[in-house]
Amino acid sequence: MSDMNNNNMAENKNVNTEVQETEEEVLQTVTESEETVDEVAEETASEEAPKKSLIDEEEGDVLKATVVKETSAKKTKKSKKKKDDEEEAYHKPLIKRRKPNRSIAGDLFLYLFLILVAVLMFFPIIYAVESALKPLDELYKFPPRIFAQNPTLDNFSDLFVTMSKSWVSFSRYIFNTVFITGVGTAGHLIFASMAAFVLAKYDFPGGKTFFKIVTVAMMFTGYVTGIPNYIIMSKFHMIDTYWAIIIPAFAFPMGLFLMKQFMEGLPTSLIEAAKIDGANEWTVFSRIVMPNVKPAWLTMIIFSVQALWNNPASTVIYSEEMKTLPFAMQQIQAGGIARTGEAAAVLVVLMIVPIAIFIFSESQILETMASSGLKD
Amino acid sequence: MSQFLKDYIKVKKHNFRIGVKRARLSKSCYLFLAPYALIFTMFYILPVVISIVFSFTYYNILETPRFVGLQNYISLFLEDDIFLISIKNTFMIAIITGPLGYLGSFLFAWLINELPRWVRSVAVVIFYAPSIAGNCYVIFSVFFRGDAYGYVNAFLMDTGIIDTPQLWLIDPRYMLPVCMGVILWMSLGAGFLSFVAGLQGIDKAQYEAGYVDGIKNRWQELWFITLPNMKPMLMFGAVMSITQAFSVCDVTRNLCGYPSTDYAARTIVTHLFDYGFSRFEMGYACSIATILFLMMILCNKAIQSLLSRVGT
Repeated sequence: MSDMNNNNMAENKNVNTEVQETEEEVLQTVTESEETVDEVAEETASEEAPKKSLIDEEEGDVLKATVVKETSAKKTKKSKKKKDDEEEAYHKPLIKRRKPNRSIAGDLFLYLFLILVAVLMFFPIIYAVESALKPLDELYKFPPRIFAQNPTLDNFSDLFVTMSKSWVSFSRYIFNTVFITGVGTAGHLIFASMAAFVLAKYDFPGGKTFFKIVTVAMMFTGYVTGIPNYIIMSKFHMIDTYWAIIIPAFAFPMGLFLMKQFMEGLPTSLIEAAKIDGANEWTVFSRIVMPNVKPAWLTMIIFSVQALWNNPASTVIYSEEMKTLPFAMQQIQAGGIARTGEAAAVLVVLMIVPIAIFIFSESQILETMASSGLKD
Repeated sequence: MSQFLKDYIKVKKHNFRIGVKRARLSKSCYLFLAPYALIFTMFYILPVVISIVFSFTYYNILETPRFVGLQNYISLFLEDDIFLISIKNTFMIAIITGPLGYLGSFLFAWLINELPRWVRSVAVVIFYAPSIAGNCYVIFSVFFRGDAYGYVNAFLMDTGIIDTPQLWLIDPRYMLPVCMGVILWMSLGAGFLSFVAGLQGIDKAQYEAGYVDGIKNRWQELWFITLPNMKPMLMFGAVMSITQAFSVCDVTRNLCGYPSTDYAARTIVTHLFDYGFSRFEMGYACSIATILFLMMILCNKAIQSLLSRVGT
């Protein structure tokens, strides 16, 4: 056997060095190499049928084939072990190893407390949704039930009937709110990201001061600026137009703050590389930076939508056909007991949009909020 | 001394020149900042300035403003009883709901931090939903209805705690506590999200180092490792909850009516709206706004200096 192996090796060398060979010699080497292959196969006990055919096909390059065979056999061994490891990782114990410094009593107590509070917190929302689904005879049932027995969508259809009978058609209210929310959010996204980009990535005189002022602006609410804003808007003839709500929303300080904090985490080398490749500031902003900060977009969008969607805007808009959905909803709610079901439907319509946006973008929002810290 | 002054002026001049040069070089930066800065100045900075200026005048939009000195402030504090009530209410709400909401945000963020991933994301939605649910809090007026059919009344009467229905939202004694409860329900807002995200970002190696160094229980871990790491988020959360706590108005207005019985649920913001948008006494309203502004800024600064000592 060892003789044959030696012979084989010698022959293989021949094959490698001399490309032109007689057919007989080649046939001999093939049969020999097949024997070695069998040996290897016995050792590793793995399937080799496809490899064999491979050798049959490539008659010339026998040495290579055997080497491939050996390494592949080793590989299958290794990959098997790896597979086992992976399976083990997949079947992780369901209960994680406890942290060493936690007491079971403490865990139990805290989680019970957490569950209790979670139920209490969510109860009003569940109740609102359920009462929107209750038919009229169940709304005033006593003792009250949380869940509707015969859930219907009557309240929602009633809502549409009431709205279609109103002076301004219901679709107009929806359009107003969607328009204000859409334009306001889009403008806010563009303007605030542009400002955040230069504040985060460039050091220029006045930039830091400006950002400090923006953080101070987060500390007082829109109510403080409400009256002077009214005066300013009336000077610009913006009262009773959509712009009275939309334009101030462009400069919502929280969006700029979150965006700037998030952009600071972006590697500066990315921007430098783009500049070396000949991009100007605008290209860097629109092609490099903006696609990389999508989580922050979503966060800006949720905060902006939340502020605009629920804005009744009753102080700056007077014309009925310009009024927003929340304002129309308040009118319905003011309708009293006969409209209890519809009022609950109103609540559901108004809260579903921000909550839905939040649920779909939760992980990205949390990613952004991780950089929301305020350094002093 | 004069030499020192000269040097000082020289350095300042030099710095200024460098600043101008750098500003010239970074023209594109200003171009990017310009749209936002313009709108921000117009609707966030200018209004504060205007409100301070107009607070010293009598102004009703129709006539030109007339300078009256400190008259507005004097009548606010000495003649306007309702304003004093509103200040008292605002402070009561701010002192109780502000810290409680803040601590609650942190506590719940911290408790759900160790839950498995999917449970955590559900919990975040549950806790955060009330603050983005629009005016869903109106549903509380059903729970707290004044007759015997209101759920709270019915429950308390069945259990024998009270024997006649209480007018929760009309009786001045109960209005504020009910409103505070509702505000607390809504108080897990942006600060809460910031806490959840911040807790996720803490380096696990620090906790392991903590076990080795002999941290015995979760509370020590909280104080010595978690809180110092969370300082920036704590600041952010504080700003959010102070701002919220001082600007209560929608909840009290929608639950207790506007105006409420005996002005028992009137806050500074409702007072501001009353004078600004109902009576159009803009000068007077501006002085209220200025006081609110100063209160918020001072409170924020005070809390920030307090928080910088946490976890040491």
